[in-house]
Amino acid sequence: MISFVVIILASLFFSGIIVRTKSIASGRKGPGIFQPMKDIFRLLKKGSVYSETSSFVFQIAPSIYFASVLMAIMVIPFGKSEGIISFDGDFIFFAYILALGKFFSIISAMDTGSSFEGMGASREALYSLLVEPAFFILMGSFALFTGHTSFHDIFISLHFGSYVAYALGCLATFVLIMIAMIENSRMPIDDPKTHLELTMIHEVMILDNSGFDLGLILHASNLKFAMYGALIANFFIDTLPFYLTIPIFFAVQLIFAVAVGVFESFSARFRMNHNAQFIFALTSIALLIFFGVLMVIGKFI
Amino acid sequence: MLNYISVKNNQCIPFSSIPVLEYEQFLDYNTSLVKEESNHCVNYYGIRKQGKIVLICCIASDADGLIHISSTEVKPEVQLESFTARHLAFHIFEREIHENFGISYIDHPWLKPLRFPFNSFDKSSGIANYPFYKIESEELHEVGVGPIHAGVIEPGHFRFICNGEQILHLEIQLGFQHRGIENLFLEKKTLLQRTTLAENIAGDTVAGHTTAFVNLWESLCNFSPEADLQFARTLALELERIAIHTGGLSAMCTDVAYQLGSSVFGRLRTPIVNYFQIWGGNRLAKGLLRAGKTNFPFDKVLEEKLQTVFNEYKPDFDEMCKETFSLPSVLGRFEKTGVVTKEQALLTGAVGMTARSSGVNKDIRASHPHDYYQLSEHLPVIKKHGDVFSRAQIRREEIKQSIEHIRKLLESIPDENKKRQELNPPSSDSFVLSLVEGWRGEICHCAITDENGELTHYKVKDPSLHNWLSLALAVRNNEISDFPICNKSFDLSYCGNDL
Repeated sequence: MISFVVIILASLFFSGIIVRTKSIASGRKGPGIFQPMKDIFRLLKKGSVYSETSSFVFQIAPSIYFASVLMAIMVIPFGKSEGIISFDGDFIFFAYILALGKFFSIISAMDTGSSFEGMGASREALYSLLVEPAFFILMGSFALFTGHTSFHDIFISLHFGSYVAYALGCLATFVLIMIAMIENSRMPIDDPKTHLELTMIHEVMILDNSGFDLGLILHASNLKFAMYGALIANFFIDTLPFYLTIPIFFAVQLIFAVAVGVFESFSARFRMNHNAQFIFALTSIALLIFFGVLMVIGKFI
Repeated sequence: MLNYISVKNNQCIPFSSIPVLEYEQFLDYNTSLVKEESNHCVNYYGIRKQGKIVLICCIASDADGLIHISSTEVKPEVQLESFTARHLAFHIFEREIHENFGISYIDHPWLKPLRFPFNSFDKSSGIANYPFYKIESEELHEVGVGPIHAGVIEPGHFRFICNGEQILHLEIQLGFQHRGIENLFLEKKTLLQRTTLAENIAGDTVAGHTTAFVNLWESLCNFSPEADLQFARTLALELERIAIHTGGLSAMCTDVAYQLGSSVFGRLRTPIVNYFQIWGGNRLAKGLLRAGKTNFPFDKVLEEKLQTVFNEYKPDFDEMCKETFSLPSVLGRFEKTGVVTKEQALLTGAVGMTARSSGVNKDIRASHPHDYYQLSEHLPVIKKHGDVFSRAQIRREEIKQSIEHIRKLLESIPDENKKRQELNPPSSDSFVLSLVEGWRGEICHCAITDENGELTHYKVKDPSLHNWLSLALAVRNNEISDFPICNKSFDLSYCGNDL
């Protein structure tokens, strides 16, 4: 329960911190930390406009997408305390409930019949497909390492004892950060600020969404960031008492958001055809983690 | 009799001195001229005259700084052999002639409408019923972009035929901004109205088009501009080049999502355009240049301010260039993207920055100098690869070069001529052609007067007219997601094309 609450709290300021970091990096003052949330509340108060060519799929998809992210957040534990839902194999549930949400966002983009949105949907589907093995090899390795298959059990029994294990923790953090960037269509895969439909991935899929629906989609993206931040934080908070873990959690979220902002300020986006290679490279890093685990538990060499 | 009359830039000649050839001879002569790499067509257009169409072709020779002008008379209902079949660079001019007068060509490859003008020959043809180029295929898909631009700049329609992410073909259809500028030049009778029209041909090339107009008008009125007028025009042209190129670099960084470059170059552009405000009261240099006079004389105080602007601009610009042009993620997007080969640039008759980035030496400042460019030799910046990176480099180098130019200009500022003569009325039955190297490339204005010295025809050619085809060729086999950066690297004008 506690994880659900802190993730929701973190999601309120996450994108605000990214925007602020980027503003400061480019020499501007920038809007307040809560400006993105104010924008979302403004959208939530509005009604939605639906094109005549779209069907009911387009209307239900944003809600399903938002709900899928909330469900995924529910399985994430917080140190000693379990998530709202916790069972053996819940990380598979986590991955596929997110995939369900993504499936609906893809078919709703196709539903509009716009040539841009079809293109965006095909890109999003391709990159999600490529990122899946990285996530499963990563979580599978930790399941093998700890002998458990639920997030909560994995994280509480994950004690770093050796240098190899620390190295694994760092690699896992890197992979999770990159997965979060890809899942949220941020740099270097996608440029969330662009106004050019032809270069967009995620943004182009939501061109036709408006009002309440758009608000849901935008906030789902904040929630996803906070959710991956929480997964990363779980690597470090161990089983410490709450008065330590909660500050550590918010510190991790803050560092994560600032890192995203700094990275997005000082580099250019990848060329679209390099994205696939880049995402595959994540899988190979996840494989490194897998071999590392095999070494640690002595099944290899 | 000679086939042609050779004139210098801004030289006024009697209209009757332009030789009238038979069409076959006209065709053979002009197409044989452009076989030389140093010759290119600066303007080819038609005017109505007593039920006939007079076609005037102006070929500029870069080697000797002359422009060879010849003409022919044809009846509108005839079918002609096209220039385009012999040299592709003529395609756009013949499309315009076909659209305006209904002259048909037997071997023109594609008489695609240019801008759907008000005075077009075939009133039934419009954008609403225009048949776009199609490919029958299950695998390929079409993407239509525009006419409303995502960044709400100017309208233009781009129709892509793609194989997945790869562009096979791009068709560009413009004309949404057609205002009938050329006819307005004839309808508006006062000089001020006409100067204002010239200022508004393209909002990003105010100094370029206005210089072309005022030089042309002064030549028509047999007025030779004094040093202070020439100085102001040259300075305005170079300042405009610096301002727009800096803005161009900023926009190119934006298109590859490089935030630092985007914001720093964007910030650097501001003091330059603000300097126009200090000098002439308008950030776009509107109102600054006038035929036969100046309302904003340049003096020592203005010079000091300009030196301060440059002293602050230059170090930041150099630092940001060093950063941008060595950042792997930016180079990864710029290099080998949107390549125009030298052959393509010559074939399509590219001009200006686009031509120079592909290794074609075309620069009016060097080949047909006007104003202060006549005093010093200009060495054009040439790049070889023709990709987005070359076009970014051209911008960087030309900004540095322009700053040098201006610093040299500022060493001796001519005094304002207080006893300036009034402009004479324009000479009668005359023809003038004015070439100016704007920041985008070669601008050409042509005017013809009647026996009372009234304008009977005015023709404007923006460099974009030549260069849009280069963009369509450059994006072939590139990814569709790279189209915006290719488009921005050319930075062509929509309204300059649509007029």
